[in-house]
Amino acid sequence: MTPVISTRGLVKRYGRIRAVDGIDLDVRAGDVYGFLGANGSGKTTTVRMLLGLVLPTAGEVALLGERMPRAARRVLPRVGALIEGPAHHGHLSGRANLALLDAAGPGGSRRTRTRRVQEVLEQVGLGGVDRRPVRAYSLGMRQRLGLAGALLRRPELLVLDEPTNGLDPQGISEVRELLLDLHRGGTTVFLSSHLLAEVEQLCTRVGVLDRGHLVLQEELATLTAPTGATVVHTPAADRVRAVLDGRVLAVEGSRVVVRGADPAEVNALLVGAGVPVTGLALQRPTLEEVVLAAAGSSPDRVEGAR
Amino acid sequence: MIGVELSKLFRRPRTWTTIAVLNALPVLVAVLVRLTDLAPRPGEGPPFLSAVLTNGALYPLAALAIVLPLFLPIAVAVVAGDSVAGEAQAGTLRYLLARPAGRTRLLVAKLVSVVAFVLVTVLVVAAVGYLTGTTVFDVQPAAGTSVSGTSLTQEELVGRTLLAIGYVTVSMLGVAAFGLFFSTLTDSPLAAALGALAVLVASSLLFTLDAASPIAPYLPTRYWLAFVDLFRDPVLWRDLTRGLALQGVYVGVLLAAAWANFTTKDVTS
Ligand SMILES: Nc1ncnc2c1ncn2[C@@H]1O[C@H](COP(=O)(O)OP(=O)(O)O)[C@@H](O)[C@H]1O
Ligand SMILES: [Mg+2]
Repeated sequence: MTPVISTRGLVKRYGRIRAVDGIDLDVRAGDVYGFLGANGSGKTTTVRMLLGLVLPTAGEVALLGERMPRAARRVLPRVGALIEGPAHHGHLSGRANLALLDAAGPGGSRRTRTRRVQEVLEQVGLGGVDRRPVRAYSLGMRQRLGLAGALLRRPELLVLDEPTNGLDPQGISEVRELLLDLHRGGTTVFLSSHLLAEVEQLCTRVGVLDRGHLVLQEELATLTAPTGATVVHTPAADRVRAVLDGRVLAVEGSRVVVRGADPAEVNALLVGAGVPVTGLALQRPTLEEVVLAAAGSSPDRVEGAR
Repeated sequence: MIGVELSKLFRRPRTWTTIAVLNALPVLVAVLVRLTDLAPRPGEGPPFLSAVLTNGALYPLAALAIVLPLFLPIAVAVVAGDSVAGEAQAGTLRYLLARPAGRTRLLVAKLVSVVAFVLVTVLVVAAVGYLTGTTVFDVQPAAGTSVSGTSLTQEELVGRTLLAIGYVTVSMLGVAAFGLFFSTLTDSPLAAALGALAVLVASSLLFTLDAASPIAPYLPTRYWLAFVDLFRDPVLWRDLTRGLALQGVYVGVLLAAAWANFTTKDVTS
């Protein structure tokens, strides 16, 4: 199966800055790929290179199996994109903006335009929007309109750069539902974000970018697989060590980490010895722990020379 | 794509405001000349203004001559400078290119829409000039006077007026080409328009400078007023053809440069 997005040794230099420094992305059909990275780590630059807006200093990009930017005219009509926030003509209505965008490229039949525009507006929760100019829209409405533009041609691949920026919690959860819905319908989603929680709730695969380097690329399920230890919550933490001699890995207050991937067995031993157990779970690393272990400090930090 | 750009341009209130403002000046001049009866003497002030008192049908030419030095080039520079840089500043350029509109196609569509703006503007100035001239001044059907003092027939006058409109349009295409080229260089429509205007101001200034006479024939504004030569008897073609050729070279070179830059640049707006 050909990958949906594949890059090899992708580099972008702006003067002396290496914004993207040799990354090999591999996004497969059916993925919800979370492209994680702190602000300034090079996410937007990568997205722009994927779409042919910025030309790589070195390396290759293949989108839906074809070389970019050479095949842009064939490939991009099958891709929907949201790049660094939405942008519209402020003096025109949302509908007029979408209609103009649709008419500006190949593969959007004029006959079905009005209907398709209405469909995507409904999809993003703007179905009842009036003739107001976009200038008068709230930030959240503009973000939804941008998303509607990305969905206009029923793309096989969605490339979304920070899609929930500017949305309130309800809006974020609506967008999440929408993306999961599209994913169930067969759309591959590539989404960049600096929000760990967003990626953890939505994505099946994760790539972590740190100062232009891809430091991690893996299935989310693998990253957060059980560590082989069990976490026990008990008011009598000190007695656990006596019962499970040598198996206690860590004690933090009432939380005890015990070697052993079978909580039931651990529970039986503790209860048998009369230790009260109030909570019991397999230990899994959080995405945050994985990311912090893989990436260094925030690239936003500007340390003084010493 | 061309349709999209045309509808964007002409659905924009600003476009029509610009054209309206552009027409206000010739109308004001006509009213003032009529009220005071103080037309400039022949050879002074804007061309044709002295002649309109005897024949209002010449006023389209006077109107063009009034807006040509400053108002018209400013309007064209603003619209051309906005063409690409305006989309970049608004952020819509990245969405157009990701649509994908195609960089060459987008540039061609922008060019066509700017040319359409130039044409519409010049035609509206001429039409409003005609209406103003014929209502404010007397019209003498057979007395179209040439600049050389002889009389032109009605047909000759109409034909030469149309040629003059065409010549002014071509002159403005040079301005449009500067604006479009600068528009691909920067993400600021203001900077692009000012860049184009700076070229024109520099060109007009150098034209008055004796020290600059070696380069005078190549200044973009050098032959702008040559359309007056269409109304000599016989027509003085020398400056007109040079003007057309010069604008052709500027337009060709600048468009090639705009294309080369735009199709290879990083769109980071
Ligand atoms: N047009 C540009 N010119 C110079 N440097 C840039 C440009 N765009 C981005 N950068 C730099 O490249 C790095 C990555 O930026 P960006 O891709 O926007 O990161 P992110 O989207 O992850 O926040 C940053 O250090 C930024 O300052
Ligand atoms: Mg970004």
